[in-house]
Amino acid sequence: MNAYAILAQLLELATALVMAPILVGWVNQCRAWMQNRSAPPLLQTYYTLNKLFHKEVLLAHNASSLFHSAPYIIFSCMALAAAIVPTLSTDLIFSPAADAIALVGLFALARVFIALAGMDVGTAFGTLGARREMLIGFLAEPALLMVFFTASLISQSTSLSTIVETLAHKEIAIYPSLAFAGVAFTMVSLAENARVPVDNPTTHLELTMIHEAMILEYSGRHLALIEWAAALKLFAYSCLGIALFFPFGIPEASDPLSLTLAAIILVVKLAIGGFLLALIETLSAKMRIFRAPEFLGTAFLLAVLAMLVHLLLRA
Amino acid sequence: MPFLDLPIDFVALPDHASPTFTARVDATQLVAACNAARAAGRALVSLWGSDERDRDASAGFELHVAFDFEEGLVCLSLPLDRDAPTFPDLAAIYPNANRLQRTACDLLGLKLESGDARPWLRHANWPADYFPLRRDTPDRRFPTENEEYAFVRVEGDGVHEIAVGPIHAGIIEPGHFRFSVMGESVLRLEQRLGWKHKGVDRRFAGMGLADGARLAGRISGDSTVAYAWAYCQAAEAIAGAEVPERARWLRALLLERERVANHLGDLGYLGNDVALAFGLAQFMRLKEDWVRLNATLFGHRFLMDRIVPGGVSVDLDAQGINALRQQCLAIDTEVRRLKSIYDEHAGLQDRFLTTGRIPPELALRLGVTGLAGRASGQARDLRSTHPCAPYATLGPMLALEHNGDVAARSLVRFAEINESLRLIGRIVDDLPPGELRSEVRSAPDKRGFGWVEGWRGDILVALETGQDGKLRRGHCQDPSAHNWPALEHAVIDNIVPDFPLINKSFNLSYSGPDL
Repeated sequence: MNAYAILAQLLELATALVMAPILVGWVNQCRAWMQNRSAPPLLQTYYTLNKLFHKEVLLAHNASSLFHSAPYIIFSCMALAAAIVPTLSTDLIFSPAADAIALVGLFALARVFIALAGMDVGTAFGTLGARREMLIGFLAEPALLMVFFTASLISQSTSLSTIVETLAHKEIAIYPSLAFAGVAFTMVSLAENARVPVDNPTTHLELTMIHEAMILEYSGRHLALIEWAAALKLFAYSCLGIALFFPFGIPEASDPLSLTLAAIILVVKLAIGGFLLALIETLSAKMRIFRAPEFLGTAFLLAVLAMLVHLLLRA
Repeated sequence: MPFLDLPIDFVALPDHASPTFTARVDATQLVAACNAARAAGRALVSLWGSDERDRDASAGFELHVAFDFEEGLVCLSLPLDRDAPTFPDLAAIYPNANRLQRTACDLLGLKLESGDARPWLRHANWPADYFPLRRDTPDRRFPTENEEYAFVRVEGDGVHEIAVGPIHAGIIEPGHFRFSVMGESVLRLEQRLGWKHKGVDRRFAGMGLADGARLAGRISGDSTVAYAWAYCQAAEAIAGAEVPERARWLRALLLERERVANHLGDLGYLGNDVALAFGLAQFMRLKEDWVRLNATLFGHRFLMDRIVPGGVSVDLDAQGINALRQQCLAIDTEVRRLKSIYDEHAGLQDRFLTTGRIPPELALRLGVTGLAGRASGQARDLRSTHPCAPYATLGPMLALEHNGDVAARSLVRFAEINESLRLIGRIVDDLPPGELRSEVRSAPDKRGFGWVEGWRGDILVALETGQDGKLRRGHCQDPSAHNWPALEHAVIDNIVPDFPLINKSFNLSYSGPDL
């Protein structure tokens, strides 16, 4: 560990905080273009966040302290998650502290708080959304873990930095298991980030919502933090996908030149990833909520297959 | 003349666009007529009350019930007592009479002999002994109070209620939906509507025939052509006016343009409700082109006030005809392509098929009308079954589906767009020359009925003039009133998140029935 590792870590956190709203804006732009609509500005999410931060916070009379504190906890979880995922460098001070399983735990922690906050005020929609979120969550988490285990088997470590180093730098090899894991990861990401075909982030129909139903009662800076956290989650998942399946270009060392180069490569990869996400969202319709278990079951199956393929071909 | 072997002497009203009959009946005859009509599978069109106490000292109230008979529109009037205006419960025979009866009770203080007597339009915004549609009721404002409404409760292990609305997350009209659910599965839905009462019936009183047309055209913005035409049919019947042939054809043109515009929009929204925003963008683009041409050719995007008593206020020249023809061709091609995309989209079809089913038998029992009825095997379309000019000449094809699900309702929309485009082509090809408007002079003490198939279903306008030739009573019936109760049935056994899609596939008006 050196000064550069600390710098890289800080830089990575800052990148995540700054880039996440832009990534959301980019996905929305791509979606608009694909649907023949004129697109909102790339920085629209920032304008929205700015607006929300300046707005008054309206609280339900029976909102408890859990409801007030949940946005901060969720935001911290997502910021930390984004900091754990190696994007600009694998030489990070957090990497010995938190591995892939801790990352899944962080996502789970945020999920528990957002679901509790959704139920806190006691409206029908909050409870409805919380229930659906937990349904999605308990199916998505095992699949996500399986994806990580596949990658861990390859690199003999659950540390994300080690995984990335192995996949990106050690030996040039084709891992068929990662192809299965990649598909599984994409499916889980769609579900976890409340995207079409599992959830619809743009709907105004309360009865169909999952993520949005839980946060209906939030306003002002609380809502801003949750929106930002959602953007960070999308960013973290995108970077995870890049780190696990397209790690080429993430440097091991932290020096200014490699950091700059890594940043450029990251932006290009995210742009492509965002475009593909918009493409998936444009082409698919939202599935019935009870298709989600089938969808995530398939993801789990693929992730298990990935592990089996690895064991069969390697062991 | 008698119908359905009923011992009632029906009187044919002169000068109506399609055959219309009235009769005065007593309570026994009314119930017998309802039973006979029900047994013959005929539909209830409307039910409303009127205050006749100003006629003479013995006159009381009247209850009017309109049916769709094979011979035409039939309106039965039942005189009610001045001091105890009670009438028999017809909802046991026609379930869709329930809310119409309750509306009449709220507005006029009529009483039901038995059955559901909960308020419908009255949301504790005025006292229970204040009846806005009585002639001697002064205009007054009251403070709003909290309403205790007796929803039907579903009891059982694990059953809970979800209350939605009347204020929603999106910018839509107010409606309260009370779901009793088990997990995600809907056991029962009960609607509490009637938030949009605005006193239109009362507003008609004292208006001249020409002014009334403007009011009728504003009852439902998406059906302004249909309402205006129905109103004009009634007004022209009162005046005994003959509408020029060219004006009739232009009216049909406007009505079909309104139908296409709404169907295009609905198909887009149906796509959007399953998160296929591509569909929304494409259909809205087509709809926008469509209403822009309305604005260019007729001066109004939604064609408001283009149909006026006696004829139409717009004409079409050769250039306009050309533009219409070209647009029909262009839209036809695009809609066909979009239909094949919808048809082949597995995710969309998975959401549409079997969702929100109303089987034909249920549709018949509930009296589901219009587009939703035709998607459930009810072959009822005034343009085919009771055609007024020029539909008898045009011979529109009736779009019929039998599955009664969201998919069927979208297929009927596609079929009707195709047919309307064909009709528009036919109209502009054969548009007869001549006058656009004839004079309409009101006549005292007359009744007139107008009945038009709007895009949502049949719209009835019943007018009555007083001794001064001004309107004495105006009643408009929106098809949504018949179809809202069907929605309660359509969602049973579906899952909660499918409700918005089912609701959109009906696309009923919240405001239209609350007059």
